[in-house]
Amino acid sequence: MDNIAIRVENLGKQYRIGLTPMRYRTMRESLVESMSLKSRSKRAAIKEEIGTIWALRDVSFEVYKGQVLGIIGRNGAGKSTLLKILSRITEPTEGYAEIHGKVGSLLEVGTGFHPELSGRENIFLNGAILGMRREEIERKFDAIVAFSEVEKFIDTPVKRFSSGMYLRLAFAVAAHLEPQILVVDEVLAVGDAEFQRKCLGKMNDVAKEGRTVIFVSHNMSAILRLTEETILLDQGRIVLRAPTPQAVDHYMASGFSQSGERTWDIDEIPTEAAPFRPIALRVSDHNQRRLDRVRSTDPICIEVEYALDAPIKGLRVGIYVQTTRGEFVLTSFDTDSTQQFERYSVRSEGHYISKCTLPPDFLNEGQYVLGINASSYRVKRYFQDENALVFTVDGAGAPGKQWPERRLGPVRPRLEWNIDVR
Amino acid sequence: MTEPSITAQHDEEIIFIKPTKGWGSLNLRELWLYRELIYFLTWRDLKVRYKQTVLGAGWAILQPVLSMIVFSIFFGNLLNVPSEGVPYPIFAYAALLPWGVFAKALNDTGRSLVSNRAMLTKIYFPRMAIPLASVFSSLADFLIAFVVMLGLMLYYRIAPTSNIWTLPFFLLLAVITALGVGLWLSAMNVLYRDIGYMIPYITQLWFYLTPIVYSSREVPAQWQFFYALNPMVGVVEGFRWALLGTADAPDPMIAVSAIISVVIFISGMFYFRRMERTFADMV
Repeated sequence: MDNIAIRVENLGKQYRIGLTPMRYRTMRESLVESMSLKSRSKRAAIKEEIGTIWALRDVSFEVYKGQVLGIIGRNGAGKSTLLKILSRITEPTEGYAEIHGKVGSLLEVGTGFHPELSGRENIFLNGAILGMRREEIERKFDAIVAFSEVEKFIDTPVKRFSSGMYLRLAFAVAAHLEPQILVVDEVLAVGDAEFQRKCLGKMNDVAKEGRTVIFVSHNMSAILRLTEETILLDQGRIVLRAPTPQAVDHYMASGFSQSGERTWDIDEIPTEAAPFRPIALRVSDHNQRRLDRVRSTDPICIEVEYALDAPIKGLRVGIYVQTTRGEFVLTSFDTDSTQQFERYSVRSEGHYISKCTLPPDFLNEGQYVLGINASSYRVKRYFQDENALVFTVDGAGAPGKQWPERRLGPVRPRLEWNIDVR
Repeated sequence: MTEPSITAQHDEEIIFIKPTKGWGSLNLRELWLYRELIYFLTWRDLKVRYKQTVLGAGWAILQPVLSMIVFSIFFGNLLNVPSEGVPYPIFAYAALLPWGVFAKALNDTGRSLVSNRAMLTKIYFPRMAIPLASVFSSLADFLIAFVVMLGLMLYYRIAPTSNIWTLPFFLLLAVITALGVGLWLSAMNVLYRDIGYMIPYITQLWFYLTPIVYSSREVPAQWQFFYALNPMVGVVEGFRWALLGTADAPDPMIAVSAIISVVIFISGMFYFRRMERTFADMV
């Protein structure tokens, strides 16, 4: 009992959705309901079905003191809702949670930062918002400034900061929070690689200090590095709680069994994606057979099918290849070549398939995650799904296959070796 | 929302998170624990308000002074509105002082939640800290504008009456009224953004229902009772009485309007607390 930091019991959160398109129906139905004189509970049940969604349901778990727990899941799986409930920003609809100790939540870095205020002023303001006491901020001030590496600009309004400086300062304040329990959302998903590395290092220190941490991320390598145990959420429910490597493997491989194809339904596409509309992502071998298992020694064809409902300037449609541990192997766009880039400076509306081929003898054996990105550089990211499809590369016939050991590294090229005898 | 409680054995805070139903407690203790946040939010409002302006805090003086000049020309000189025996400019300014606090506090608190949306959805803290900070920052403008009042009194050679010690009471009444109405409006503004558009009209209407450009003696006797229900009538009268020695000493009606503002204030706090739990989802 004494060891428990967080206990969550049957937690559920219901949201109302789509009020506008549903209004007519709900109004009519509420009229019908009231006339048919159904029992109150029955009416409530009907009401519940229409226009509401359970963002989280029947979630129960415990976190021990000093444990670093990861939470993973697709967008909309309920991760953020869970964090919001645990950090008391929103109330649950049912169930309860008890938290033993002072909670610091970091759902975003730089909350309350004011662009007109200087770096120094924002440190105090943001510190107070995050729940630090004034003398605590004063004590840690120098450390915060040193960590942020913006000493020279500390008296400049943050609106003149570059986005990198802004993020560093914001994270620096957050990193010096010292609650017993820390709840962290995807704060590492921002900033450049160097910054992310630094944040991750700091998070690692926090974890080692024996504080309880709940850490949500899409970054599987961060999850693997920081946590030992992970909860996998899907559609608001806990699918699995397991040692992190196992949970990550399960997550990366689950729900993708669409045999080399991922399709998007209209309701899966966020409205911000318009006018870009993803239709499908496919993996096939050189014989155009759609497969989720391809040979390392064969070329791998990847195609992205999509529609544009309006012309887009500077659009590039591309793919990511990641390992199931979340390391990126490559990123490539259909307008990478100068000819294509010039030819498609504006892509008119219509239905498209962008195809590319990964050369033979390229990927090592193992599982890979294919993602897509449709964006206009520095203008807008229309659509991005880093975990769209999983495919397996079979190593049969690959170089070095005479030894059955697993080769390190995501690529397995057939290199030309010369052995000179001198 | 959630009530932190202290367990006796470990001196460790245990927070229970569960759905709450109906009216909650005010939990002022927690608000007190977050007093530093209120301080920093007030400080931010003040710091930011006149940033990148040439006049800076001079605006706190310029706004009431300009109003005073305009009112003196139109109501004092052209329309000859009676000013209870003191020069019209100082007559108007004595009223503009508390009115300024009231109008600014009402405006800022009414919008405060929506304009601090990012904080509401990302961080936990007692939500009431936001409208409170808005009220406190409007008091700073009052203090600056008060200096002009002293200058005007010197210029017109009007000595403050011995009742000047009652000023804080009238100021408090103005602030409580503004905060009470502001709490209602800010919580409603989260659900219905219409409120944000209504606030300027509410303020304007209230302005005419308060004896700022005219003297309350002009109000017909049969309406005086209803008129005095407006707490701001008592506040403005009180300011003129304490500073200029005009108007009559506050009669028992001030107690009635004080009770009204306390009722608005307390009901506003309860309503705010009740609506608070949906803020993060609705704002």
